[in-house]
Amino acid sequence: MPGHVFHPGHEELHGVTVVIEGSSGRTWVGRYHETNERGVAVLDVAIHDPATAAVPRATWIERIRKFGVRVDEPFVLLPAKEVGPITRLSEWMESSAKTPGASSHG
Amino acid sequence: MPYHETMVKPMRDEVTRLGVRELRSVAEVDAALGPGEGTALVFVNSVCGCAAGAARPALGLALQHPNLPQHLYSVFAGQDLDATARARSYFAEYQPSSPSLALLQDGEVVHFIHRHMIEGRGPEAIARDLMGAFDKYCAAGKREQGAGSRE
Repeated sequence: MPGHVFHPGHEELHGVTVVIEGSSGRTWVGRYHETNERGVAVLDVAIHDPATAAVPRATWIERIRKFGVRVDEPFVLLPAKEVGPITRLSEWMESSAKTPGASSHG
Repeated sequence: MPYHETMVKPMRDEVTRLGVRELRSVAEVDAALGPGEGTALVFVNSVCGCAAGAARPALGLALQHPNLPQHLYSVFAGQDLDATARARSYFAEYQPSSPSLALLQDGEVVHFIHRHMIEGRGPEAIARDLMGAFDKYCAAGKREQGAGSRE
């Protein structure tokens, strides 16, 4: 059954691995689930906090692109006020290079 | 929690009818990948419609290419848990995601396609990525006959 879809009717980004840039400076990479009245829900999430991170965000994301998402939290609900641009991981470098902070969603 | 087998069977069949050998136990994985000789493609199958729905047809397209790995294997994430975990141990440097594809040469990962490289892309684009890796690492006509090969 080529092209079979298990979860029709969801948002376009549902199930897609995204980069979420936060207003606090933190960054999350994980599978977008949904946006609801409580915020943005993301699954299997890697978290970059510039205050504690060993490497800059760009290096961290490049590593994720090569080796995959190392999960820090299985589920994160980000308050709407924290959520900045949301970009597909596969497009993050290109969109960031073209238009810093460009949002592909939300 | 695994889906009911009747729901998953068409997704298994979509892969195995391409000549890909499905590995469903730890022993089968070790027997297939343990020797670490030659080139082997491991497809981590998944029920996820948004990604696996493109990955399986992409695999079908890529396997029509003249240059192919010597061995073609799949494991089913979320279904055959032990076999999938064992297969992933052969490319442990890469974080688990499904669907995904690992191309190994003499036991070393030489190309890896993560789920995030599949999402939102059509089968043709994914297949091109895979065929590029086949051209680089797999010489034509070197695939082994028998288990895990398409014949």
